[in-house]
Parts: sequence; C-alpha cells; structure tokens
Amino acid sequence: MIELKNIRKTYMLGGETVNAVDGLSLVIDEHEFVAIVGASGSGKSTLMNIIGCLDSADEGEYLLRGQDISSFSSREMAVLRNREIGFVFQQFNLLQKLTALENVELPLIYQGMGLSERKKRAVEAMTRVGLETRMNHRPNQLSGGQQQRVAIARALVTRPALILADEPTGNLDSKSSQEILALLHELHSAGNTILLITHDEHIAAEAGRRVRLVDGRVVSDSKYDREGEPA
Amino acid sequence: MKITQAIKMAFSAIFSNKMRSFLTMLGIIIGVLSVTLLVGIVQGASDSVSSQIESLGGNKLMVTVSSRKPSYITLADLAELENHDGIARIAPSISGSDTAKAEGNSSDAAIKGVTANSVQVDGITVESGRFIRSSDNEKRLDIAVVGVKIAKDLFGHTDVIGSSFTMLGRSFEIVGVLKEEGTVSMSSDDSTVYIPIETASRLLRQTSVTSFNAAAASVAEMDAARASLENFLAQKVKPAASDSEDKGYTVFNMGDVLSAFNSVMNTMSVLLGGIASISLIVGGIGIMNIMLVSVSERTREIGIRKAVGAQHSDIMIQFLIEAVTISVTGGLIGMLLGAGILQVLSGIMNLDLHLSVSVSALALGFSLAIGVIFGIYPANKAAKLKPIDALRYE
Repeated sequence: MIELKNIRKTYMLGGETVNAVDGLSLVIDEHEFVAIVGASGSGKSTLMNIIGCLDSADEGEYLLRGQDISSFSSREMAVLRNREIGFVFQQFNLLQKLTALENVELPLIYQGMGLSERKKRAVEAMTRVGLETRMNHRPNQLSGGQQQRVAIARALVTRPALILADEPTGNLDSKSSQEILALLHELHSAGNTILLITHDEHIAAEAGRRVRLVDGRVVSDSKYDREGEPA
Repeated sequence: MKITQAIKMAFSAIFSNKMRSFLTMLGIIIGVLSVTLLVGIVQGASDSVSSQIESLGGNKLMVTVSSRKPSYITLADLAELENHDGIARIAPSISGSDTAKAEGNSSDAAIKGVTANSVQVDGITVESGRFIRSSDNEKRLDIAVVGVKIAKDLFGHTDVIGSSFTMLGRSFEIVGVLKEEGTVSMSSDDSTVYIPIETASRLLRQTSVTSFNAAAASVAEMDAARASLENFLAQKVKPAASDSEDKGYTVFNMGDVLSAFNSVMNTMSVLLGGIASISLIVGGIGIMNIMLVSVSERTREIGIRKAVGAQHSDIMIQFLIEAVTISVTGGLIGMLLGAGILQVLSGIMNLDLHLSVSVSALALGFSLAIGVIFGIYPANKAAKLKPIDALRYE
C-alpha cells in the first residue's frame, strides 16, 4: 500500500545541511501494524510527515495505493490527507472551541458531506472509540486518554486507508496508554492499516513489525508474532 | 466545503470573541454612521431648499431691465408679448414704498402695482376678499390688497375688508387680504400692498415697466418662452454701452437657481461623504489588524484543519467571511443608527431628514468592499501556511 523508494529530505539548520531522511526505502502492505522506532533526530517525524502528505520529499518516489505522490499539487495532497490518511498526534490536536462530535465531523465537512450523513458517521466513530456518552463535551472537559480517543475517532471517520499515529501515548499516563494501544489493536484486527511512530521500545513492541531508524536510514526491519517473538 | 459551513465557522469565531469583534466593528460602525449622517443632513437640507425654490415657480421667467438709458416698455407692449411663442402670461409690476396710515397707526409698506395675472404667475394667494381685477386697472381705482402684517399694524386684526387707509397721498379701500406666509418662505408678502398697476404707474410716476415676470406655457416650453423674451427685450432695451457684455437686461429662471443650488449641494454631499469615508478606511485597517492577530493566534487551528484535509480555498473563505461579516454587520449597525439619529434630528431641526436607498446601498456596498479588501491579505496569509509549520507552532 505504501511504497517509498530512495526518499531523501534535507533541511538547512543554522547554515548546516541535515539529512533528515537519507535515501530511505520501505514497503508497507495493507492490514499491517508497523512501528517506526528511533531516537529523536532519527528522522522518524520527517518520515511521518512525508508519509502523511504533510510534507513532500526532496528526492525519491512515494507510491500511496499505487499513486505517485511526488508530483501531486498541494490541492491533491489536501484531498489525500482528507480521504486516505487518518492522523493521531501526540498533542491530540483537537479544536478547543468545538465539541468532541464536531471535532470528529471536521474531516467530513471538508469533504462537503451533508449534515445528516455526517452526524451519523461521526456518532458511529465516537461509539467505536467508546465515547458515545461524551459527544457534546469540549476537549478541556475530557481526560487526556479520552481526548486521544476523540482524535482516533476523527482519524477513523473518513474510513482512511492508513492510520498514522505519531507518539499517540506520549502525553498519557500508563493506564490511558494501554487503552489507546488496545484501541489501535482493535482497529488493526478490524482490518485497518496502522503506522505507529515512537521512540519508546515498549510501545513499539505492540506492533507486528518494527522498523528501526538511525540517521534517516532503516537499520533493522523485523516481524514478530502475537507473543512478541521474532517471526 | 459548503459555503454554509464556512459561514457557520466564521460566526462561531466572531461570537467566541465578542468584545474583540465588537471593538473591531466599531471602526466600521462609526465610519458608516458619519457617512450616512453627513450625507443625510446635506440631502435633507438641500431637498427642503429646492422644494421652496420650486414652489416659487419652475416655469417662471423673471425679467429685470437694468440699462441706465431710457427704455419704454409699456403695458400694451407686454399685453402683446403674451401672444408670442411659449409665453402664457406676463405679470408686470411697478414697485415703490411708502408708509400706510389709518386710525392713527402706520406701517411701512412695499407697494407693488400689478395686474390680475400676478395671481397665476407669482402664485399669490388671497385669504379673504379678492385680488386686483382687470376692471380695477381700466378704471385706475384706488383699491388695495394688503398683507397680514399691514392689516394688523393698521387695524389690529385681519378682518379689514371695506376699511380704508392713506398711502401716496390717497385713500385706498381694502378689497382683499393675503394669506399669511410667516417667516418660513424666502420672500414674505406679509408687508406688501398690491394696487392696480395703472394706479401705481401714475402715483409713482413710472411710465415704463422695469421688471416683469413671465409664465411659460409649460416647463417644456421654457426655452421657446425665453427666446421670445430675449427677442422682445433686444428690440426694446438699448445696452448701456455698445461694446459691453451687459445687454441692459437679465432674464432669470428659478430652474437656473435650482440647478446651480443642486450642483453646489451635490458637491457638498460628495465632499463630506468623502471625508467621512476616510474613517471607514481606518475602520478597514482595524479589521485587517485584528484579522492578522487572529491568524497568528489560530495558526495551530489552521494546521489542524489542513491536516484533516482543508484546502487552501477553505481556509481562505473561512477567514474572508469572518472579515466581511464583521464589516457588513458594522455597516448595518452604523446605517440603522444613522437612520435613527436622522429621524430624531428631523424633529429637532424641522427638516425632512431620511436615509435614501442609494446612500444605504452605497454604505453597505462600501463596508462589504472594505471587508473584502482588508480581509483578503490576512485570509491569504492563513491559507498559505504550510500544514507542518502550522502544526508545529506553539
């Protein structure tokens, strides 16, 4: 589903060129649960921005569902973010002035979906993350774990090809973290493709496949079975 | 995204920061208020003066002979002039003044020797009794139609028909009293005494008519009437000097006064409106300022919206509608306030002041344009933000 070939991305930082992603190639299939793990500065955030169509690579080829993204305009990228990718961020990134349900509706609004269909889909997604009783609460009335579940509902609501979770448990206590990871597992077994980005080995251990990044390159890529043993 | 959604978002942003939105609006409110008030007052005053001028006669031509060389325009000449193209009636007059006396009282009177035509041409209204008739002139009767002030000065009341007073060494019998005009009108007839022109001609020793008014058959025939008059006068009046521009007479039309007056008032209106619209532009800059603050405050919101799929145009429209809503709402409030204040002023100034449709439309259109012009830069700034930069913004 995702095919990255020789992706390269450089930044100018204080007059120095930094190779954030340095000739990286990676293939992720449908229904996989992949963790990309690496220390800070390993290029995992840059990689996630590229995969999430928030940024484009300087060099290389990126195929998402067989479409070459490298040549896409910002308009087409926005459509991809809207329909093919669901984001879950470390800081939740919910709009504070909207209710939980309105936050979940947001991607559908940008699709131009009508009110009744939109409400129905958003309620469905909220139910799926177990927050059907919290729909009219604002983010600041919810706990961190609940906010992250709202964010997951927002990521789900468009039925995207890929759910991209960037340190989703980074701001959560261990109990909430477990809930979120359980939810991701549940979505995975329901057939979603999940890409989890983390620096935490324990979190990475949840995924069936772990891709380790150092200095913008893949240094290891291994699969594990349900018990966490190498497959 | 649907436009209704964009409007909903803009409104919730405006309402979530009511105080700031109102203060931003205030610039536009004051701008539109000052434009509508100034233009409304100038237009109201101008309408009132023009209707007064119009009531003096839109089809009236006033002729004054000013040449110092003697000219002889007799009443017979003027009677004949009535047959010329475009002219309906001629009302000649011979003017003088004297003190009227009766019952030991006296009053300064403006004497006008006139014919029966003055009723139609000059629009004189008689309250009681009758006006001068042709037969009065034929017989050179010593009768008079007096203004209200004269009647009151001499007799203390206006029920004076049949009474007599002395003036110009003769005794005049009052046959009519004019309608009271008060001080509202530009020329008051209240201190005037009308007598038959033949009588006046003899008593004031004026054989030539030096001023007369002509009524054109209709407003459309003004030009023909004017041409006939000029023709007649050119034959009768000798210029003061052969090389002079001064023809020795003037033909003057209330329509000319009216159009000159209107053009002055229009210039005033545009000038004052223009000065007031500077405050509208200042208001617009206020909107731009606040929108720029709002964009940088909401950078993260913009990033989130873009991450979940908002297009450049979606963000642009959202912020633009916000700016336009603030400016148009401000414009509406300013306009309604202006209409209200004009209503109050109408009562105080005794003028018919109101907000015309064209001024309201202009004020609203202007505030809409201000919203678009000053909203487009901040909106574009918001829309141009890159999603990753916006998301990273703290």
